[in-house]
Amino acid sequence: MPAVAKQKLAELKRGATEDRLEAMTLPEGAGWAGDARGAALARVRDMGLPHPRDEYWKFTRPETLTRAEAPKASLFDGGEPHLFHDRDRLHLVFRDGVLDTSASDALALDGIEIERLSDAMAKDIHWARDVYGVLEANGQHPVQRPLAALNTAYASDGVVIRVTGKPAKPVCLTYLHEDETSDAILHHLIRVEEGAEMTLLETGPAAARFNKVMEVDVADTATFHHVRAQGRDHERRCVTGTFARLGTQSTFKSFTMTVNGVLTRNECVIELTGDDAVAHVAGACVGDGDDFHHDDTVFVTHDAVNCESRQVFKKVLRNGATGVFQGKILVKDGAQKTDGYQISQSLLLDDDSQFLAKPELEIYADDVACSHGSTSGAIDETALFYLRSRGVPEAQATDLMVLAFLAEALQEIEDESIAEEMVERLSGWLERRAA
Amino acid sequence: MLEINNLHVKLEEEDKQILKGVDLTVEAGKVHAIMGPNGSGKSTLSYILSGRDGYEVTDGSISLEGEDVLELEPEERAALGVFLAFQYPVEIPGVGNMTFLRTALNAQRKAKGEDEMSAADFLKLIREKAKDLKIDADMLKRPVNVGFSGGEKKRNEILQMAVLEPKMCILDETDSGLDVDAMKLVADGVNALRSEGRGFLVITHYQRLLDHIVPDVVHIMADGRIVKTGGPELALEVEKNGYADIMAEVA
Repeated sequence: MPAVAKQKLAELKRGATEDRLEAMTLPEGAGWAGDARGAALARVRDMGLPHPRDEYWKFTRPETLTRAEAPKASLFDGGEPHLFHDRDRLHLVFRDGVLDTSASDALALDGIEIERLSDAMAKDIHWARDVYGVLEANGQHPVQRPLAALNTAYASDGVVIRVTGKPAKPVCLTYLHEDETSDAILHHLIRVEEGAEMTLLETGPAAARFNKVMEVDVADTATFHHVRAQGRDHERRCVTGTFARLGTQSTFKSFTMTVNGVLTRNECVIELTGDDAVAHVAGACVGDGDDFHHDDTVFVTHDAVNCESRQVFKKVLRNGATGVFQGKILVKDGAQKTDGYQISQSLLLDDDSQFLAKPELEIYADDVACSHGSTSGAIDETALFYLRSRGVPEAQATDLMVLAFLAEALQEIEDESIAEEMVERLSGWLERRAA
Repeated sequence: MLEINNLHVKLEEEDKQILKGVDLTVEAGKVHAIMGPNGSGKSTLSYILSGRDGYEVTDGSISLEGEDVLELEPEERAALGVFLAFQYPVEIPGVGNMTFLRTALNAQRKAKGEDEMSAADFLKLIREKAKDLKIDADMLKRPVNVGFSGGEKKRNEILQMAVLEPKMCILDETDSGLDVDAMKLVADGVNALRSEGRGFLVITHYQRLLDHIVPDVVHIMADGRIVKTGGPELALEVEKNGYADIMAEVA
């Protein structure tokens, strides 16, 4: 963008940004936490909140995410328990972005130290200081993510987890949406120490408007697994930012399932900083209706030797739904033997739905294997006929094909029983929609 | 059982008449074979019976046990008892063979107002049927027809037939792409299903399948019509002299 245009855009954003900031209250706090918030606020002011003219906001309109008031979102009762409910887990419940301690398990589990963000921030000396806002700030270049900086400045709740061993069960965060105009900001910090490993589960819509940031620091030889479902509320909006830093021989795997929600923007920024690390990020999305908009924006940076990264995103869109994928693999100079893979595919069930994809590769090393692919297609009519000719009704046959299409993304879930639970829930939703 | 009267069919997209007045009756318990040269309309007839898109019936009727078939969706035809064993069975990545079969069976039971079959009962049924067709557990677990050899695909078609127990089985060139052993296996599977209440329509180019599945009646189809009907000996005549003689005879 030419300098003049850049300046003009900055002016355009300034007003909207100040309006938003004026409507918010910075949480109290001194020490390192206060410094981190102040620095984040300065980042927000410097960048300005997203504008449709920003390169990475061309496909997704940011207004409802940036404006002062959260648009109303009616509540939804799916008549079924939240995912993961009968699993052995450490369970924490958030109501419109606030931890409900009485509905949650005690913050204790062998192999991890877990506390509330506000408690961690009240301590003068805490490891969180080296992570809070740090990974987020690192992830602002070369692509700006002002809503994540806004989160760092204003988040008042969240969990801070340090994993030192191999806890016997996952930590599960259930996000309840109970207020039609709630505007929630959550910020989680996770540090997986050398050789440690954990699984984090997230489920639920969280709020009418939800801004979540999660910073994950995966040390050498550590493993982090993440599986989330973003609830079924039709009108909820959310923007999430996952910022991960991976050490030598570490593993990071994240899977997200999105069904419903008028606006979802899931950003994932991963930096492979140690040799032989593995990062997989995947998503399965089912969108219905012309007000459905779902955006996956992923940025993977290879800055070490012999690392592997996979991006697998599948979207099923119908009745005018829109899906967006912006995925980038950046291989820095010296990151030899990189194995980077990226696939984004959409299944368009009608002519009104659309999929906008922007796959990017930027490679500065000369001994790498990177591949990317993006496709949009209709349902395979021959296969549909085959299923119907055996007696499977059209709607059910379509559902089978939809599940088959999503399978490659669902296979990215490491734990088979969790993958099964996801598939089962998804088929139930599809079935009821058709009924 | 199956009554086809004066069936005229053209392609939906272009003005090309494929079937030009087919009359055919298949009685319950009988095996009818249709032979004919390439492009005579044999496969089109099988598609029309099963309800595939892309064709327009301009005249005539099809009924199964008195029910008008042409009015029904493919899944309704299946529930009524129509089954087409495809010439080219379709690969469906991501859909497990077992899931597919169980979904199909239960959908048909539901359409008939019957209870769904339990997972345990289904497993028992499928194991028994699969064993006869030498279909192993791995083939049942894999996605539908994905990575199957030609013979495995055809055996899988017959397995579906055995599980779904249709009234009217249509086999579209089931012998194509099969070696002698595989053909024998498929034919044995079909023969095991022959029964008083079930009709068969076997479409083939060659007589050799009919050595194994011995038909009661053989029809010769050419240029969109049945031009000659006879007993099993008619198939042997085709094998010996080709279609040319018959075509000359009826011309």
